[in-house]
Amino acid sequence: MPTPIDLKSFKFTGAEAAPIEDLRTLSEQDKQDLLMAGVDVDERMRSGSFVHMNHSNVHCKSHHKGVEVLDIKTALKKYDGLPEYMWTLVDPEKDDFTRGARDNLHGGYFIRTEKGAKVTEPVQSCLFIKGNQVGQNVHNIIIVEEDSELHIITGCAVAHDAKGAAHMGISEFFIKKGGKLSFTMIHNWGEDTTVRPRSAGVVEEGGVFINNYILLKPVKDLQMYPKISLNGQGAVARFNSVVVTPPGSYVDAGSEVILNAPNTRTEIIARTLTTGGVIINRGRISGTHVPAKGHLECKGLILGGGMIHAIPELIADVDGVELSHEAAVGKIDQEEIEYLMARGLDEDEATSTIVRGFLNVDIQGLPPALQEVIEKTLADNEKDMF
Amino acid sequence: MLIIEDLHAMVADRPVLKGINLEIAENETFILFGPNGSGKTTLLMTLMGFGNYTITQGKITFKGVDITHAPIHERARLGIGMSFQRPPTIHGLKTRHLVKMCAQGREVDVEGLAQKVNFDHFLDRDINAGFSGGEIKRSELLQLMAQQPSLVLFDEPESGVDLENMHLIGRTVRELLRGEVEPDPKLSMKAKKLTRKATSGLIITHTGYILDYINADRGQVLYNGHLCCEANPRDILDHVGKFGYQECVRCLN
Repeated sequence: MPTPIDLKSFKFTGAEAAPIEDLRTLSEQDKQDLLMAGVDVDERMRSGSFVHMNHSNVHCKSHHKGVEVLDIKTALKKYDGLPEYMWTLVDPEKDDFTRGARDNLHGGYFIRTEKGAKVTEPVQSCLFIKGNQVGQNVHNIIIVEEDSELHIITGCAVAHDAKGAAHMGISEFFIKKGGKLSFTMIHNWGEDTTVRPRSAGVVEEGGVFINNYILLKPVKDLQMYPKISLNGQGAVARFNSVVVTPPGSYVDAGSEVILNAPNTRTEIIARTLTTGGVIINRGRISGTHVPAKGHLECKGLILGGGMIHAIPELIADVDGVELSHEAAVGKIDQEEIEYLMARGLDEDEATSTIVRGFLNVDIQGLPPALQEVIEKTLADNEKDMF
Repeated sequence: MLIIEDLHAMVADRPVLKGINLEIAENETFILFGPNGSGKTTLLMTLMGFGNYTITQGKITFKGVDITHAPIHERARLGIGMSFQRPPTIHGLKTRHLVKMCAQGREVDVEGLAQKVNFDHFLDRDINAGFSGGEIKRSELLQLMAQQPSLVLFDEPESGVDLENMHLIGRTVRELLRGEVEPDPKLSMKAKKLTRKATSGLIITHTGYILDYINADRGQVLYNGHLCCEANPRDILDHVGKFGYQECVRCLN
């Protein structure tokens, strides 16, 4: 079980960082840490970049006129506190972490598309922690205006030499009528980092929300449970998560989708692999309107130790809702290993090929640059996983 | 090429093979007949070295190497290739990727080979995921073509295959046994002959349809864990068709 978090042991003031005009001027080690979280410091094939370090926004740029990228503090000033958005989906009184983010906001990104804008190259963001016992409170607002398209890749990382860190991240997503958002989050924490994201989103008529989550690195204690409401006719949400926990990691993660309008659909797919850590894999789909369809898939592999607890939940209160789930926790099938061995692979090669396949979730609707980042992240981490 | 001597094997503590002696020469195709449950599949699985099949007595020698207790991949690397009846689905592993791995580092024209078995549209699908009977056979053949084994173990090439696919599969098995798997139309007949690699085959069949496509040299019936009735495969097929496998019991006694 995770130990209770003592927020007082972290420094939530005094770790301000200076602006970084050009990301290429970062130290090699920092660049490497950012790269592993999906950030391209050369900003190739990126529509914009946002970097927040410790308690300050250090870099914020948009290269596409169809998308606005601001620090949340700037956005709050510019848009009179964003009353239609700020804290409308997440309750600031939810817990100590939300209260902390409300009372002592360090920053976060505000990303908004123009109506109808198709921003096909991703906006990249990174929330970075450097130093010892740094606590970070961020609040992110993402608004996808009507009929626009936006792709975000966000990496959260701690510096290699950071000792003890806490990240509290509030994210609120608004996908307007006909809008499309793909949100890919790569977590690259350390073995003594505590992480508490608190996220929620609404999707209006015909909107699409694709959420990809990848955690392949150790983390001390992470808990998150984003909640998405499909409020408009025909809205769609897809969640794909890949979570790997080495010994010492405790991850309690899942997603919840509410099918809150007719013709809404969702699919929540999670692949979890433990080599010694603990994974609580939650998933919940509620159907309140018809026709509506939802499918939940939690698959877990235990390789050499650890614990996986899959908790799929389906809730429906109207006639005609179609919800299903498929959950499995187990080991690699010997038959699959032998099949590959019969093609000339030795046992280790066969095992890693199967694990790689297991973690290889097919994600539709991603621009090639993002697909590449995901594949590279998996490949780079493969040798550390087992 | 392959020498099996007095082979006894068990499946989950049940003796299935009870003293098999068999020799398959280079370039020779051997056909194995026998009723359900006689041990045919067990023989193939034991030759390949699968975990559930325990050898209790006897010896298997392949290309002069004693492989009786060798791990599966060493047998595969020595040149034994097997077509599976019911291969497992491996999620997230694309057919294309597996075919490449079958070549074990050799350059392989995956697209070209796939076209030969009409399987190019399946290359980006997860291996065996939702494949029909015929599709499994074509996928297995595609993997074997990339693997280029010198001994092919084939468990019922006809099962679950419609007539149209049977033609394609029969032709491909023939090419595989002749060693004509390189999709290079530029080579002359003579050059093709020179690049041929001798390939032996051990094929299980119930219906005998595969015999329309290949040159089978020899056949034998496996009955209750014993090999008997060596003859021309066509003659065995005719005989079993008329009198059933009961005849074998008599022959054994």
